[in-house]
Amino acid sequence: MFNLANVPRTENVFELDKVSFKYNSTLILRNISLKIPQGRITGILGPNGSGKTTLLKILSGINKPSQGSVFLYNRLLETYSRKDLAKQIAFLEQNNSVSSPFTVREVVEMGRYPWLKPLSSLKARDKEIVNYALQCFDLTAKQDQTIGTMSGGEKQLVSLARAMAQEPQILILDEPTTYLDIGHQSMVMEYLYKWHKEWKTTIIMVIHDLNMLSQYCDHLIVLDNGVFVKDGVREEVLCKELITKTYKANFSVIKHPDSGVPQFLPYFNGRS
Amino acid sequence: MKTIKEQYYTMNKKICLFPIMVIILLISTLITISIGSVPIPLGTTVKILIDQLPVVDIDRTWNSIQEDIILSLRLPRVFLAMIVGAMLGTAGIAFQGVLRNPLADPYILGVSSGAAVGAAGAILFINPSSFLANAAIPLFAFLGAILSLLMVFGIAWQRKRDTVSLILAGVVVQSFLGAVLSFTITISGTKLRTIVFWMMGSLAATNWREVLFLIPYLVFGFLLIYAFYRNLNILSLGEQAAQHLGMNVEGIRVILLVAASLLSAAAVSVVGIIGFVGLIVPHIIRLLVGPDHKVLIPASCLAGAIFLLWSDTIARTVIPSMEIPIGVITALAGAPFFGYLLKKKV
Repeated sequence: MFNLANVPRTENVFELDKVSFKYNSTLILRNISLKIPQGRITGILGPNGSGKTTLLKILSGINKPSQGSVFLYNRLLETYSRKDLAKQIAFLEQNNSVSSPFTVREVVEMGRYPWLKPLSSLKARDKEIVNYALQCFDLTAKQDQTIGTMSGGEKQLVSLARAMAQEPQILILDEPTTYLDIGHQSMVMEYLYKWHKEWKTTIIMVIHDLNMLSQYCDHLIVLDNGVFVKDGVREEVLCKELITKTYKANFSVIKHPDSGVPQFLPYFNGRS
Repeated sequence: MKTIKEQYYTMNKKICLFPIMVIILLISTLITISIGSVPIPLGTTVKILIDQLPVVDIDRTWNSIQEDIILSLRLPRVFLAMIVGAMLGTAGIAFQGVLRNPLADPYILGVSSGAAVGAAGAILFINPSSFLANAAIPLFAFLGAILSLLMVFGIAWQRKRDTVSLILAGVVVQSFLGAVLSFTITISGTKLRTIVFWMMGSLAATNWREVLFLIPYLVFGFLLIYAFYRNLNILSLGEQAAQHLGMNVEGIRVILLVAASLLSAAAVSVVGIIGFVGLIVPHIIRLLVGPDHKVLIPASCLAGAIFLLWSDTIARTVIPSMEIPIGVITALAGAPFFGYLLKKKV
């Protein structure tokens, strides 16, 4: 364990004020105002096409809002340089599966890029962080393997280790478990949870699996058709009425036998 | 999982690579200077060269004709071959890295067709007996190359400025300029042979002025591209991942593409179009040293120099009393080899 680079600590990492986003004259996000709390796992849910990915891209500074403003630590997002943002935020896009010819270690070292001056090589602290990230995702033994030879689940772990080497205060993930089998899904989520616990990293993610979302996220945001619907803690948001209305399908809601969090079973009309 | 022995081997391979390549380059230089229509013994060549060094004085065991052949015919030509090869090798690795396309070569952004149109125009419209003619062909070729580069960027700029737009714009500009070139050739009449010969590339009738003209381009282009080696490595993760790591992908892409295109344009303007060097040399080097651009860029530069040096030596010696265009040699050697690489699926 080593100390993270110092950053401002505020109650909310992000604040969005009346943010709209247009792509080719189609309005994808409409007038969204919300806050994302520091040090928690925030899950964003909503049906396909509700603007979840676009919202993540706005938070990461890749997309600029057409209207409204985004604040990161109470400072306008657009006033940060791209490199400064990369020191605060690590963002893994959906299917970021790399087919890089580099080895696991080399890819994780690339996570240090925002902290390095051009042409300078990795210093002792950089190497320490890379080693720590490899160790956290149990990749130390595989560090000399080429990424191309790895399975989808392993590649996702390498991407996460690279994100960790970036030393971010905020981790943004778009569907980190798609294309993974259920075993790997739960493995990836457990690693993320461990990371979150250890470093108090703010995690913001989109996951389609409501049950996974319910297990790991303690703050939730619901979007529907580009409009902000509701946010709040797990029990406020993950109720039968709201989920049924948002996804236009029926669910049975039960309590998880171990953790007691709400779990959703798609409605089954009793064919026998 | 690599064994410790394998790791040691890879490490060793990278450390030894540069001294070995430099030694190969030096030996190749001496051998290729000795080979030619007038063969000069290797020992004599070495003596003549050493004699040029200040302070050193060697007993003359050679005649002045031999000295003249070496110093004013072969030496500048050998240097030009090495410099042009180094330029094309460096440009090739930069293009393949930035565009993340294994088929990218130094001419992908229309540099070659622009240069060809410029040179054809100069050959066609400038009186060959005027003293301007020799200087005009490279100048017009260079301007043509720069112009086509501007056209490609001009088209791609309106779109998303991504790799696909650039390659598509390159294709569009190339086919347009190809048509212009065909038209120029059609109306060229007796000058047809000169134009075609220029297009096939040649290092004949080289002088030191051309060598000196190219050196700043090589040094500047190489250093600029090398300064971005880490960015090229990170680009292999994909443009979006590079952006999320805080890299200014668009800006760096433009810098590298312009640097690599200038390298190729300068080389083409002096020696004509020499294909396949910038395409296959980076591939071979990648097979040898792996994906790290910190090693790839200098290795590709040296390998390009060695490859073109030998190609030119073959071009001027394989048929006595006649020169084969060097583009023919590089394509004859390069195309089958590239096919072999594709078949092996690297």
